[in-house]
Amino acid sequence: MIPDEYLQTFVVECRELLEEMEEALLIVEQAAEDPEVINAIFRAAHTIKGSAGMFGIDHVVEFTHAAESVLDRVRSGDVSMSSVLAALFIEAHDHLKELISHVAEGSHPADALNKHGKSLIAQLEAYLNERSGTEAEQLANSGEMPTVSESRVEREHSDSIVGTDLWHISLRFGPDVFRNGMDPFSFVRCLSSLGSVMELVTIIDAIPPAEEMDPETCYLGFEISFSSDADKIAIENIFNFVRSDCLIRILPPRSKASEYQRLIQELPEQEMLLGEILVKCGTLTPEELDNILRIQSEHGDDEPQRPIGEVLVEQQMVSSPVVEAALEKQKQVKENKRGEANLIRVDADKLDELINLVGELIIAGAGTNLIAQSAGMADLIESTATLSRLVEEVRDSALALRMVQIGATFNRFTRVVRDVSKELGKDIDLIISGADTELDKTVVEKIGDPLTHLVRNSMDHGIESAELRIARGKPAKGTLKLNAYHDAGSIVIEVSDDGGGLNKEKILNKAIERGLVSEGVNLTDKEIYNLIFEAGFSTADTVSNLSGRGVGMDVVRSNIQALRGTVNLDSIEGQGSTIRIRLPLTLAIIDGFMVGIGSAVYVIPLDMVVECVELGAWASDEGDGQYLNLRGEVLPYRRLRDHFDIEGDIVQRENIVVVRYGEHKAGLVVDKLMGEFQTVIKPLGKLFKSEKSIGGFTILGSGEVALIVDVPGLMGQIEHEREAGEMTVVAASK
Amino acid sequence: MAKLENKEMQISRIAIEGELTIYTALELKDKLLTGLSATEELELDLSDVGEIDAAGLQLLVMIKQEAAVLGKVVRFTRHSPVVLDLLDLSGLAGFFGDPLLFVYKSTHEGKSA
Repeated sequence: MIPDEYLQTFVVECRELLEEMEEALLIVEQAAEDPEVINAIFRAAHTIKGSAGMFGIDHVVEFTHAAESVLDRVRSGDVSMSSVLAALFIEAHDHLKELISHVAEGSHPADALNKHGKSLIAQLEAYLNERSGTEAEQLANSGEMPTVSESRVEREHSDSIVGTDLWHISLRFGPDVFRNGMDPFSFVRCLSSLGSVMELVTIIDAIPPAEEMDPETCYLGFEISFSSDADKIAIENIFNFVRSDCLIRILPPRSKASEYQRLIQELPEQEMLLGEILVKCGTLTPEELDNILRIQSEHGDDEPQRPIGEVLVEQQMVSSPVVEAALEKQKQVKENKRGEANLIRVDADKLDELINLVGELIIAGAGTNLIAQSAGMADLIESTATLSRLVEEVRDSALALRMVQIGATFNRFTRVVRDVSKELGKDIDLIISGADTELDKTVVEKIGDPLTHLVRNSMDHGIESAELRIARGKPAKGTLKLNAYHDAGSIVIEVSDDGGGLNKEKILNKAIERGLVSEGVNLTDKEIYNLIFEAGFSTADTVSNLSGRGVGMDVVRSNIQALRGTVNLDSIEGQGSTIRIRLPLTLAIIDGFMVGIGSAVYVIPLDMVVECVELGAWASDEGDGQYLNLRGEVLPYRRLRDHFDIEGDIVQRENIVVVRYGEHKAGLVVDKLMGEFQTVIKPLGKLFKSEKSIGGFTILGSGEVALIVDVPGLMGQIEHEREAGEMTVVAASK
Repeated sequence: MAKLENKEMQISRIAIEGELTIYTALELKDKLLTGLSATEELELDLSDVGEIDAAGLQLLVMIKQEAAVLGKVVRFTRHSPVVLDLLDLSGLAGFFGDPLLFVYKSTHEGKSA
């Protein structure tokens, strides 16, 4: 059996490759042929096939081989990549994905899956047959073309038409071959014992004009494409008798110029000798390389040392594109080193452990700081200051390790949108922006499902059918946008569509029907829209396969709330709706702002703090203890002392901390401002789950516990209480 | 091995008999070149070639190229099966051009008839 860790690597790599492949396929399906993109697909398929072959996972190899063969035809331009073919490849990709997951689980694919695979292979092979017709034509044509005068490099191009599983053998016979009693063609016939000669071009360029020509001297050379399962040594052995005075170059299957180029570009190794690259590429065996080096040193006597590549071309051992690729590679190696070659896979658990340790370090550092302060030793204070600065940097870079771009998550939706729009029979475009916005990996992982639901929902309910859209004077093609950006210490993810928007009446009626709100209650538009996030709510007239079953939006909301995020919805009827998810950037460590109320210490996330003002600056509040006039702006405020029911005397000079969350601003009145503090968030126990205004706790340097104010939660609570208050007022006045 | 026939002054025909190999190459080279120098158009009858090898093939290439240099024409006709085999194997059929294809076809038909 295959050792588990290797298999796991295989599976992980395959999945990554499949992802790349899918991405590329979706591009191809949409747009015209881009050779780069098709190459990317081919590469992915090829690598999967290669590694599957290494592990002996034959059914994967078999299937990938079919796909790869067709892709190769596409690459060489024999088969054009139509959207039909792209769709077939997407199906093939899905199948492959399933096969890989079976490999991961160690299970055997079900019969149905195998059957599906066979039918896909058959469909793919249909393209191959089509192609073999053209190949036959080309072969016939080549018979009439003066191929003789073509240079070696051009030969390489015509090779790329030939199937990929062929060996390429270049032979240049020494002058004495005839005299030694050998016939070059006998080697060709010998080759037939190991496989079949697919194509042979006799190189006659070296035959001199009649007077100079010695009929007993051999001037011939061959370029042979050869199909065989034999290994290189076996093929080389055929030429044992002529090896001493002939140039023999045997290139294993897939040894086309473009293939080498690609391979060389993908090689992660740094600063290798060109020769070594070529050996590694399989263009040369070490023996051949020795040969070249010897030639080079012979030349070295009377002329400056030439780069190996030049010699190679002169010797016609490799075509110049290959060498160019190798040379280019040498230049690029250093750059690449900074790029992908520098990536390492790290177990997420290890990363979590690091973050935890950094958290402990911060707490310990704060303790040391405190002791230094109280000891009053200037030197010590200075050194702890340096220390805490470093700890802060360590914290930032540790957190940055966990930050990933949201782009990968967004790109997954290209596929979702494609499939769903097919299913629904709607034509929908996905526009992605802000893909480079970074957020914590754990958040990214958990946001995928809710986001999928929102996207499907928008496509199903939001975007109308093409007829209706045209009737409404909109373009027939619907647009779905995914956007992400940073805002006030959180990341905002928007899902917007240009569909029909939400129908207020319908929502309200449904909500009343479901008993979510009582009749006659005045709700703002926004409140009505956000009713759809309530449990058991669905506005769809018909339950579709995708959404509308009444579960979902509430699950979406609770998922997002579990991430300390919020979700809300804006909609303009007839023009579309936007769902905005707001999430904290990270779940582990934040910059906090410490405030004191009585003897207790609270931490407010610094990102949300806008400003601090002395409360005394206002002679008296103008909103009966609820509102302040902040430079002409209405600012609701709350005494944290009242909110948390803290006993003790009111201090003389209270301060107000203005916080902002989303579009809301509020003031929190506290006794003392204590400054910034790096806060390691520790979750509260289940017992405190119902407390919305506290988001967690942290341990101060002194060992004391400080509670972290959950600003959105607190605001929500204030809002809620105010509404409740208003409602009782309204009720009382009635 | 080769006999020269002069039907007219312009077109001469050389029939190559027996071996067209390394063993006869030296001799044949001179014969072919002499033949070519004496005419504007040379036809090589290959119907009696019993054996051909790479050296022989090389000779055919040489004479063809030489003719091209001199602005003359060399044609190969009535290829024997061994010649056809080798041409097929070497992929040089195209190099020798249309007359060969014509002859190839006719021989083929002849065979099947």
